[in-house]
Amino acid sequence: MWDYVKLIVLAGVGLLAAIAANYARDLPYMVNAIEVAIAAAITFIYVLRHVGEDAPNTPDEYQDGVIRAGVIATTFWGIVGFLVGVVIAFQLAYPALNLGNVTEGILNFGRLRPLHTSAVIFAFGGNALIMSAFYVVQRTSAARLWGGNLGWFVFWGWQLMIVLAASSYILGGTEGKEYAETVWYIDLWITVVWVAFLAVFVGTLVKRREPHIYVANWFYLSMILTVAMLHLVNNAAIPVSILGSLSVPVYSGVQDAMVQWWYGHNAVGFFLTAGFLGMMYYFVPKQVERPVYSYKLSIIHFWALIFLYIWAGPHHLHYTALPDWASTLGMVFSVMLWMPSWGGMINGLMTLSGAWDKLRTDPVLRMMVIAIGFYGMSTFEGPVMSIKAVNALSHYTDWTIGHVHSGALGWNGMITFSVLYFLTPRLWNRAGLYSLKLVSWHFWLATIGIVLYASSMWVTGIMEGLMWREVDANGFLVNAFADTVAAKFPMYVVRGLGGTMFLTGALIMVYNLWMTVNAQPAKASASAAVPAE
Amino acid sequence: MCAKPIKDDAKAKVGTTGHSWDGIEELNTPLPRWWLWTFYLTILFAIGYTIAYPAWPLIYGATPGVLGSSTRADVDADIQHFDALNAPIKAQLVAADLTAIEGDDALKAYALAAGKSLFATNCAPCHGSGAAGVQGLGYPNLLDNDWLYGGTIDAIYTTITHGVRNTVDPDARNVGIYMPAWSDKASGPLADMATAKLSADQIGQVVHYVLKLSGQTAHEAKATAGAQLFKDNCVACHGEDGKGNRDLGAPNLTDAIWLYGGDEVTLTKTLTEGRGGVMPSWGYASASSTARLTEADIRAVAVYVHSLGGGE
Repeated sequence: MWDYVKLIVLAGVGLLAAIAANYARDLPYMVNAIEVAIAAAITFIYVLRHVGEDAPNTPDEYQDGVIRAGVIATTFWGIVGFLVGVVIAFQLAYPALNLGNVTEGILNFGRLRPLHTSAVIFAFGGNALIMSAFYVVQRTSAARLWGGNLGWFVFWGWQLMIVLAASSYILGGTEGKEYAETVWYIDLWITVVWVAFLAVFVGTLVKRREPHIYVANWFYLSMILTVAMLHLVNNAAIPVSILGSLSVPVYSGVQDAMVQWWYGHNAVGFFLTAGFLGMMYYFVPKQVERPVYSYKLSIIHFWALIFLYIWAGPHHLHYTALPDWASTLGMVFSVMLWMPSWGGMINGLMTLSGAWDKLRTDPVLRMMVIAIGFYGMSTFEGPVMSIKAVNALSHYTDWTIGHVHSGALGWNGMITFSVLYFLTPRLWNRAGLYSLKLVSWHFWLATIGIVLYASSMWVTGIMEGLMWREVDANGFLVNAFADTVAAKFPMYVVRGLGGTMFLTGALIMVYNLWMTVNAQPAKASASAAVPAE
Repeated sequence: MCAKPIKDDAKAKVGTTGHSWDGIEELNTPLPRWWLWTFYLTILFAIGYTIAYPAWPLIYGATPGVLGSSTRADVDADIQHFDALNAPIKAQLVAADLTAIEGDDALKAYALAAGKSLFATNCAPCHGSGAAGVQGLGYPNLLDNDWLYGGTIDAIYTTITHGVRNTVDPDARNVGIYMPAWSDKASGPLADMATAKLSADQIGQVVHYVLKLSGQTAHEAKATAGAQLFKDNCVACHGEDGKGNRDLGAPNLTDAIWLYGGDEVTLTKTLTEGRGGVMPSWGYASASSTARLTEADIRAVAVYVHSLGGGE
C-alpha cells in the first residue's frame, strides 16, 4: 500500500517538474526542474521494481548501508570541492583561467566561488556530518537508526540538493547570500531533508538502550536544531514567480546584513564547529582507546559554546552601517567564546594523556591531533580578529580567507579524513587500512599545504590591510586598489600551490580507501547493536 | 601492537562517570583551573568593555558607554581634521595661475600627492594605475609625449574638466567629431560622417598607406593606391603629412604611438568600423548635480598628469 502511495507521489512530482521545466522563466530553474523530473523518474523505477518486497526486519543490526554511501559521497564531494577551490585560487592569480570568452561566464570566479564553498561545506562537510552522526548515534545508543529507510531519504535528498545547487550556481541562480546562495525552492528542499535528518537522529536517541545520551550526540543535536533555525530565518524570501528562481528577501538594508551574518557566523559555529566536535568526541577516544579527559569540561564548554556562539555574528560587520552597540556585543561575545572553544580542544588533546606514544605509530591519530591543533589555533585567531581594532586592519582582506581555511582545511578537513580512515575498514569489514604509509603521505601533504595556504594569506592580508589604510600627511590614500592586487600576486600563487598539495593528499586518500576495500579480504561482520556493559 | 602499561593512570586517580558508550568512558577530571580563570577573565573584560563602549540595546537606542565613543563621530572628526588642514592650500591652488603651480614647491607637493590619490581612485580604471593606458581599448597612455589634445597644463586641465565626446558637458572636446566608419557596409552615425564609402579592398589600400606612413612594412602597390584615397578623405583631419591635428584630436599617424594599435588588423578594424572614444566630464555641474571633482581636485590631477613624463 505504502509503495503505491510513493509511486503516485513520485509520478506527480515528476510530471509537475516536467511541466515546470516547460514554463520556466529562467535557465537555472529550467535545468533544476529537469533534474528533479529525472530524479523522480529514477526513484519511481526503483520503487516500482521493489514493490511488495518485505523490508528486512533486523532491528538489532546497525543500519550501515547508508553510512557506507555517506563515506563514498563525502570522499567524492571532497575531491570536487577541493578541485574547484584550486581552480578558483589560480583564477585569482591568473585571471585568464576564467575562460570568459570560451564559456560565456559559466566558469567565472563569481560562479565557481559559491560552487566551491557549498561543495566543501555542505557537500563534503554535510555528508561527513550526516554519515558520522548516523554512525555515532547508532553506536552510542546501541540502537538501529529510527525510521526505516528515512536515513536513505536523507542521504539521497542531500545529494539531490547538492546537484541542484551546483547546477543552478554555474547557470547564474543565486540568492546572493554568502553560504546561503541556494535559491528559494532548493531552500525548501533543504528544509524537508533537514527535518528528516532531525527525525532520524532524535528517533534513534529516543529508542536508545543506554541510560544516558553521549556527549557527541549533544553536539550533533545542537548542530541539527540550530542550523534548521538559521536556515529558515536567513532564507525567508518571497519568490517572484513559482516558475522562476528569483526571490526577494523579506529583510532589507542593515537588517538583512545582520541576519545574513548571524546565519553566516553560526553556520561556522554550529555546522563546522559543534557538528565536527561531535565527531571528535566519538572518534578520538575510539581511535586512541582512552577515556574522554573530562566530563565536567565537556558539559560546561558545550553549554557555554552554544550559548555564546549565537551572539557573535555582528563581528562580521564592524565599521559598517551596523550600529556601534551591536558591533560591541558581537565583539565581546566572540572574546568570551575563546575558552568555551578551547574546552573542546583540551578535551580532545588530553584524551590522549597516557597514550601520547601512539602518535608515533598511528598516522590516523596524528591527523586527529593536528585537526584539534588547527581547531585551537583558529578558535584563538577568531576572537582576536573580532576585536574592533584588529578587525579594522583584517576586515575584507585575505587574512579572513586564511583564517577560514586554517579552520576548514585544518580542522574540518583533517578530522573528516581521519574519520574516513577510521570508518572505511570497519564499515567494509576489512582488517585495517591498505597502507598507513600513504596516510602519512596524506598527512604531510595536507599539513604543509595548509601552512602554505594560511601563511600566504596572512602575508597578503596584513599587507593589503596596511596598504589600504595608508594615507599621506594630507590625508590622501597612498595606494590604489589595483596596486594591492598587483602586490598580492606571488602570494596568490603560493596559496594555489598549497591548495594543490591539499588536493593531492586527498587523492592519495581516495586511492588508499579504494585499495582498503578492494585489495583486501573481508572479515566477519560485527554490526550487532548491543549496549556497552 | 601491545599497549605499554600506562603509568600514573588518570582513570585510577579521578575515576570515571561510570557510564560507557560503545566502549567510551569519561573521566571525572575537574575543570582545568587556568581554563576556568581565563574564561572568567574574558567575561570580566566583556562586562568592562560594554560599560565603556556603546553596548546594551534599550527600547530607544542603546547604552552610550562611559567613554562616549562613536565610530561615526571618529570618521567625521578625521574628515574634518583633513578638510581644515587642507583648506588653505586648496584655496591657494584654486587661486593660482595654472602654469605657476609647478613653480611653487608647497603647491606642487600638495598637488602631486592629491593628484596621485585622485588619479588612483578616478582615472586608473581606464588609464591604468600606472597611467600607461590600455591600447586595445583606446585608453590613451599618459606617460609618453604624444598628446591627442595637447600636453600643456592648460590643455590637460581643459580635457579633465570637460572630457571628450561625452553627452553631458556642452564644452566637451570633439562633440560630434569621430573617426568615421569608412566601410561601404557600415551604417549608423559613424558611417554618416564618412565622406566616401570604401570597399574592403580600398580600405586595405589605405591601411597599407598608413603602414608606410608610420615606417612599417607595407605592400608598395597597395600603399600607392591608398595614397590617393588618403588624400581625398583623410587629410581633412589627419593632415597632408598625416601628422594629425590636435584641434580635432586627430592622432599623428607617422609615429610608433597608437591609440588602438598600428598593426594591419587593428588599422583595418579602425577604418572599417570607425572610432570615437569617450572621456567623462569631471568638472561639469548642472542644476541637479555637483561636479565629480572640485576645482582644486581637477587642478591637482592636471598637475599630476602633467608631471608624469610627457607634459609640455
